[in-house]
Amino acid sequence: MAKEKFEDALEKLENIVREMEVGEMPLDSALKSFEEGIRLIRFCSAKLEDTQRRVEQLLEKENSLQIKNFQDKDTDES
Amino acid sequence: MRDILTVSQLNDNIKTFLEDAFGSLWVEGEVSNLRRPQSGHVYFTLKDDKSQIRAVYFRQYGYSRNRVANFDLEDGMKILCHARLSAYPPRGEYQLIVESVEPLGVGALQKAFEQLKAKLAAEGLFDEAHKKALPFLPGRIGVVTSPTGAVIRDILNITRRRFPSADILIAPTRVQGSEAAGEIIAALRNLHTYGKVDIIIIARGGGSLEDLAPFNDEALAREIFRSSIPIVSAVGHETDFTICDFVADLRAPTPSTAAELVVPERTDLRNSLYNLRQRLVAAQRRHLDAQKERLASLHARFKDPRRFLVDFSIRLDDLRERVQRALRQRTQLLQNKLRHLELGLQSRNPERQVREKRILLNNLEKDVINGWKCYLRDREERLKKNAALLSSLSPLAVLQRGYSIMRRLANGEIVRRASQLTLEERVSIQLAEGSIQAWVEKVREE
Repeated sequence: MAKEKFEDALEKLENIVREMEVGEMPLDSALKSFEEGIRLIRFCSAKLEDTQRRVEQLLEKENSLQIKNFQDKDTDES
Repeated sequence: MRDILTVSQLNDNIKTFLEDAFGSLWVEGEVSNLRRPQSGHVYFTLKDDKSQIRAVYFRQYGYSRNRVANFDLEDGMKILCHARLSAYPPRGEYQLIVESVEPLGVGALQKAFEQLKAKLAAEGLFDEAHKKALPFLPGRIGVVTSPTGAVIRDILNITRRRFPSADILIAPTRVQGSEAAGEIIAALRNLHTYGKVDIIIIARGGGSLEDLAPFNDEALAREIFRSSIPIVSAVGHETDFTICDFVADLRAPTPSTAAELVVPERTDLRNSLYNLRQRLVAAQRRHLDAQKERLASLHARFKDPRRFLVDFSIRLDDLRERVQRALRQRTQLLQNKLRHLELGLQSRNPERQVREKRILLNNLEKDVINGWKCYLRDREERLKKNAALLSSLSPLAVLQRGYSIMRRLANGEIVRRASQLTLEERVSIQLAEGSIQAWVEKVREE
């Protein structure tokens, strides 16, 4: 899977849970779904717990564009 | 001496006089009798409550010199004209040659705004069908706004608080003044090309209608409409509406709200994820339990088929006994019946009757034979008696005694009286021995 999106993962997870709650899945599929569900939870959790963030600005200098860190004393960005 | 002028000369003089005397001037008034012939020039009457003057707005001046973009003249509109005064000699009329027009009064900018809004709405730029959905959790957020001030600070603080890992890329622009709209358009293009952003917020704090003018720019509106990335517009206070707001995919009443709308609350997500996890695990446990239970139930119902064989063989024996018993009973019954019938039959044996009948028959036979013999004897005796009698009575015996019998030859009739005969009739005469024929010679009838 290339770049999985959080919302897609969350939707998949919801579908898996709903299907499993109906409880008419064959055991094999249920086990697979469960594993997939756990994987999605890990993925989503990782997305949520990631606290790194970049605040940058797009600047035009001498006819070229540059991306530079954004610093402002009035915000609480570190 | 009287100076005599032709009408043309007079009107020409008036024209020169008017143009020299007034030069360039500013006039304000209300537009009426607005006409737009095919030439593209605009004719109207400028008036106030007491007076009016004709005016013409030549096409070459155009609207481009108007300070306000997308402004269009309408009847009843109050305007300020920059014009010259001139005359039109062929008709002897004087009029204003308008060089530029700007709307007058508080409502003018509003008017321009309403006109642009109506125009873009008619083109469908605000249609819900064109609105793009916002990403649920943007990885990188583009922000087009002033790099200084409360707006960017609020956006940074709120996004950070709600979801610490959302990247922000700021495209700094001016947000006020005549250059602002162009800068915002350029910023949008740069974000599209280089920004790798999932969503763009265009933001500005509150201000007067004039302050917000860049966000009512038609070119900006079209740029936003074209954008392939969803755009949230957060311009001004909650009560301010701009063209930018209408054409954007989502309008946020304030920049802070925009930040809240664009970035989900991490705590909420964490909660719902936790909740999903609980449900997943519970469902999995239920699922396994259910399967286990099912297996156990099947196992309990899974029995040795030989158990059924025992049952069957017992049943078979039972049936066999019953069949045999039934057969025996039936045979017995039939035998009894047969014996009974045999007895009955013996008691009705016809042999005795046959014997009796045979005896009877023998007796009858003897009787018949005896009877027949008696009958024969009787008849013999009677025959002998009668034969004797008969011979005594026989005519032959009478003939023997010399009598003869005469018959008519014609019919064999025995002749007992002479009168029976005629003369010379032939007769036969039977004698005891032989007979003779004769004819009658004489008949005596006494």
